Amino acid sequence: MFNEFLQLILSGIAIGCVYGLVALGFVLIYKATEVVNFAQGELMMFGAFIALSLSGFQILPFWLSVILSVIAMGLIGGVVERAVIRPVLGQPIFSIMMITIGLGFFARGLASMIPGWGTYTHRLPTPYADQTIALGELALSAGHLVIILVTIAMCILLFAFFRFTRIGVAMQAISQNQLAAHYMGIPVARVNTLVWCISAAVAAIAGILLAPITFVHANMGLIGLKAFPAAVIGGFGSIPGAIVGGLIIGIVEAVSGRYLPDGIKDVSAYIVLLVVLVIRPNGIFGEKLTKKV
Amino acid sequence: MRFIFRTSYERDIRLFRDRTTMGLYMALGLLLLALPWLLGEYYLSQASFIAIYAIVGLGLMLLSGFTGQISLGHAAFLAVGAYTEAWLSTRGIPFLISLPLAIAASAFAGLMVGLPALRLKGIYLAIATLAFGFIIEVSLQQWESVTGGSMGLTLDPIILLGMPLDSETHFYYLALALAGLTLLLLRNLLRSPTGRAFVAIRDSEISARSMGIGLAKFKTLAFVISSAITGLAGALYAHKLQFISPEQFGVFVSIELLMIIVIGGMGSLHGAFLGAVFMTVLPELIAILRDHLPTSLAYQPGLQPTIFGAVLIAFVLFEPAGIYGRWVKVRTYFQLFPLYRKGLLKREKSYVKSDRLS
Repeated sequence: MFNEFLQLILSGIAIGCVYGLVALGFVLIYKATEVVNFAQGELMMFGAFIALSLSGFQILPFWLSVILSVIAMGLIGGVVERAVIRPVLGQPIFSIMMITIGLGFFARGLASMIPGWGTYTHRLPTPYADQTIALGELALSAGHLVIILVTIAMCILLFAFFRFTRIGVAMQAISQNQLAAHYMGIPVARVNTLVWCISAAVAAIAGILLAPITFVHANMGLIGLKAFPAAVIGGFGSIPGAIVGGLIIGIVEAVSGRYLPDGIKDVSAYIVLLVVLVIRPNGIFGEKLTKKV
Repeated sequence: MRFIFRTSYERDIRLFRDRTTMGLYMALGLLLLALPWLLGEYYLSQASFIAIYAIVGLGLMLLSGFTGQISLGHAAFLAVGAYTEAWLSTRGIPFLISLPLAIAASAFAGLMVGLPALRLKGIYLAIATLAFGFIIEVSLQQWESVTGGSMGLTLDPIILLGMPLDSETHFYYLALALAGLTLLLLRNLLRSPTGRAFVAIRDSEISARSMGIGLAKFKTLAFVISSAITGLAGALYAHKLQFISPEQFGVFVSIELLMIIVIGGMGSLHGAFLGAVFMTVLPELIAILRDHLPTSLAYQPGLQPTIFGAVLIAFVLFEPAGIYGRWVKVRTYFQLFPLYRKGLLKREKSYVKSDRLS
């Protein structure tokens, strides 16, 4: 009984890590540019599809195709920023939100029209599929273990990046005050493009990690809508918050799916979200949103 | 260009700007009344849909366009109205009683969302309404004893005062009348102090508050009125389709409703109607386009979302003021000819409005 519960928590943590990674993408972009990217899930879906195209057709070894698809998504993220986001910067949050929603529609439609991707569900072959690791009496599938390890690695990497590199510190400066950063000689626009690149690359990693669990299909980006509560619960501007929020959502979903009646699982993320918002309107780690006059 | 000299404060808040405008709207009204003689059954049915979408657009416009509160879960209010109407009418409650009850149910749902939403702003509000939309959608699927679950509910045509409105023409007139009434209601509301308070809240919450506007009261009121209007549209929608199921009220419907007001033109009542027309005509245009595309592309289900997404992006990029904004520009161009210059209607200042401290 207790073991079963632990097993649930473990798989919840694994899924929660994916939510956390997608939420991380939201947070990166939001922190730097105050744009909420509703197409983050679709970026993730594209990343998974590119990896599928590269590795699924047996052209390249798996790890090489993963690296290539992450780089490719980084480039796509940058192109998207330059093409549609930069022209509307400075407009009300509503217009930018609508643009990213439009992007999401566009990407989903496009993916289902690309030959070989289509409306079918694909299986991304991974070297670690179907393996399980015994931890005492618990069994952890290798896929879940890889997710958890990669998420930890990503967190350390991003932390080091923001802490120790010049460009990372510049991004922090921009997220605190764009105008001041501009005065300090930071090329704000170019750094923002880079933020989109990083965010899209993180999304691609999340997509590849998620692929063995939910398979690859044009609607897999809808998981982005689950990552939203994760980002909001953590407080929208906080990177550790995103991961913590993702873990909370993942665990709550796993537990409610097992012990509560049908259907609760699908909305549990949103119920947790509403509860957190009622208690703390800016999330757990959120910054205060008030305007000085 | 004609100049209107305002000689009294009354003139500022008149229903119509002057007699010419009044005449034009009257002519438009007559044209709409004559539509059943001009259009076939199919296109008249589309016109009814336009009227229904216009009602939703008006409701959402009041909330997002005039009060500045983003709602990503408006389809949920549509669902509450539709399901209440369906449940009541299948139990033999007459339309004149069930319709106000459906509106009241939606208004109550709006109150439930509006109260916690008071503390939320911008993106947090958008996501809270999104969450509400999801919860309603799943509740509709799971609460099978009332909603029929995924099987949905079927409805009979409306019986108004003992007369069944089973023909397309009858329904069209009902939808048109209700759309007209809603328009008049909103137009009057926006001319009143309440409406001015909404607009003040949209433009700056801080200045609105310092002018003595109770934010809590007016934001909740905006949610309640908006969801009540959406509930009205939902009741009509249920009768129009005669079959409702949870999938018709998902998150993508909420986004399409937002597209109505963004494409029509935020912050104008005209925009709700223009957007409703556009969003009804666009699928028809796509259907025509499919006939001219190579078969490999024509039967792709992804074609429609791709075009919807592209159109939405194009509008926000190139005409953020929507169709109505473009119309105003074209009109001004001809009125001022040849003195129109680019950027004439642009706001003087555009700067990043940050929600952050510092």
